[in-house]
Amino acid sequence: MKMERQILRPKGNLVIRIEGVTKEYKMGEEIVRALRGVSLSIHRNEYVAIMGPSGSGKSTMMNLLGCLDTPTSGKYEFNGKDVATMEDDELAEIRNKEIGFVFQTFNLLPRSTALQNVELPLIYAGVPADERRERALAALESVGLGDRINHKPNELSGGQRQRVAIARALVNNPSIILADEPTGNLDTKTSADIMDVFESLYMQGNTIIVVTHEEDIARHARRIVRLRDGLIESDKMMLEEDFVKV
Amino acid sequence: MIALRRFFYEFSESFRIAYAQIMANKMRSVLTALGVIIGILAVTLMGTAINGIDRGFENSLAMIGYDVLYVQKWPWANVDDWWTYRNRPRIKTEYAEQINKIIESSRTTELVVAVPQNVHIKTTKFGENQIQGTFIMGTTDEYPLVAQVDLQEGRFFSSAESLTGRPVCIIGYDIADALFPGISPIGKTVQIGNAQAQVIGVLTKQGKFLGLFSFDSQIIVPIAFSKKYFGETENDRVVVRMKDKTRVLEAKEELTGIMRRLRGLLPDQKDNFSINEQQAFKNTIDPIKSGIALAGLFITGLSLFVGAIGIMNITFVSVKERTREIGTRKALGARRRTILMQFLIEAVSICLVGGVIGLLLAYGLSVLIAFTAPDFPISFSLDLVLVGMITSVLTGIFSGFAPAYSAAKLDPVVALRYE
Repeated sequence: MKMERQILRPKGNLVIRIEGVTKEYKMGEEIVRALRGVSLSIHRNEYVAIMGPSGSGKSTMMNLLGCLDTPTSGKYEFNGKDVATMEDDELAEIRNKEIGFVFQTFNLLPRSTALQNVELPLIYAGVPADERRERALAALESVGLGDRINHKPNELSGGQRQRVAIARALVNNPSIILADEPTGNLDTKTSADIMDVFESLYMQGNTIIVVTHEEDIARHARRIVRLRDGLIESDKMMLEEDFVKV
Repeated sequence: MIALRRFFYEFSESFRIAYAQIMANKMRSVLTALGVIIGILAVTLMGTAINGIDRGFENSLAMIGYDVLYVQKWPWANVDDWWTYRNRPRIKTEYAEQINKIIESSRTTELVVAVPQNVHIKTTKFGENQIQGTFIMGTTDEYPLVAQVDLQEGRFFSSAESLTGRPVCIIGYDIADALFPGISPIGKTVQIGNAQAQVIGVLTKQGKFLGLFSFDSQIIVPIAFSKKYFGETENDRVVVRMKDKTRVLEAKEELTGIMRRLRGLLPDQKDNFSINEQQAFKNTIDPIKSGIALAGLFITGLSLFVGAIGIMNITFVSVKERTREIGTRKALGARRRTILMQFLIEAVSICLVGGVIGLLLAYGLSVLIAFTAPDFPISFSLDLVLVGMITSVLTGIFSGFAPAYSAAKLDPVVALRYE
């Protein structure tokens, strides 16, 4: 089942368009230039890994892509909407509707059950209780946790917690799923399981962006963007021979 | 529409989280709430005391009578030129009769009836029991027209008894209690100074207000009797009832005219009598009353303020501890006001719980005080519950706002990275 490279990029609509983006921070007296002019486009149903050593601007990139922060200069369009100049609460709305976050540390609310955690983005979206429960249940089932809905995070294993987090990221049907070192706190076996979940989500048509420094993880993606010193060093489509089957 | 719905969902979610948070930190929440409990308890107890003082004061005013004017030698207000008042002729009780005649012959009068009062302080005795400094009031059978007279037992004296000065008396509740413990005073003969009178009636208990005079410790006798045995005094007065208590000024003016006529005063001469009414009394007491209330509320308010600082502190701690959670919520789409509301609700919830407990304690204490010390002016009311609850909520908002605002303002990037 050797596939051609071109077949692997059946690209849909443009979701993310970044052009000449820079980001500067003030650290005391010094100005840190975390991004120095980055341009990147991501289409619907892509599976992109963003890689780079620490200090490469990888985290800054992820914050910008996730609309957690705005660039110092440059253009950022999300589904055609200019998000570079948006205010806090407008960004919150974009994050709620368009982006599903998966964190390295899972970031589940400790005193809420799996179901309540998954329902949270729907509360912020104003979805009525019945529909909320229905959709949260469906999301939990899709990650294989239909029987754990009333467990609190401390009653779940690391892999299960990350599955809850993925269900939470999925539940509001976002345009992209943005995962930040999603397997950083998991053992090899569990990591593989989680990457399988991403793989099947990708196959179902989701757009996935994984930020990581691990080659093994990045190799699951169909496209790898490498950052170095605040610039894009390379942006490659994966060839089938590089693509690992786990 | 969707914004409103979202608000309600976020609101109930905030309550759920607040409840979980309080339950997860029981000890901390209880200790923090304790500050509010003590604060609300102090403020509410002060409120009951102010209520009690108000009520006692109103009772005293009712005893004085809302629609009566007092013709007296001295005014009720404070005076600085004491000597001129000192030299005024005393008020003769006979004026009452003369005033009544004038009222009867007038068609447009504002006045109803004038009743004389001849007052003394005497020692009273029955058997072994005696009371020093009993307030004795000689008056006519028309006295019930100018004052509230509720009899617990017996009757008031008649017009014939009043005119002939029969040795009969109506005694206050405390007098009956002290002189006739356990027996009915009706028909018994009581020694008043150097005279004797038969008890024909007992007044119902009126209660007293702090140190103010209470009718519970007075004896009412026919004026002819008191004048015969005890004579006339500087404190004698005439009490005049008005037709309409909203027309006090007109009534006062008319009565002043009548008194000047009776006294034969020339137009350039000043009044040598005073016409007193409860408004004057109120004017003297009101500033004192509100002074007590203000000072009391300020002092007790301080304890509530300390409680509020406790809440503020614990909410700041909570925001610090949950910085990552705030970051996560923001990443999932929580807006500033959502976060603000969540922490405000937490602070308000603790305050409300503290407030309810404080109010319950205050109610218990006020019942206990009313039971053990009935004369202590204290009065718990529904208003107080409402004020207490509103105060708790306001305290929560006041103390929760700064920490909640700091949480709402957090940069999601910083909050997510917070260790």
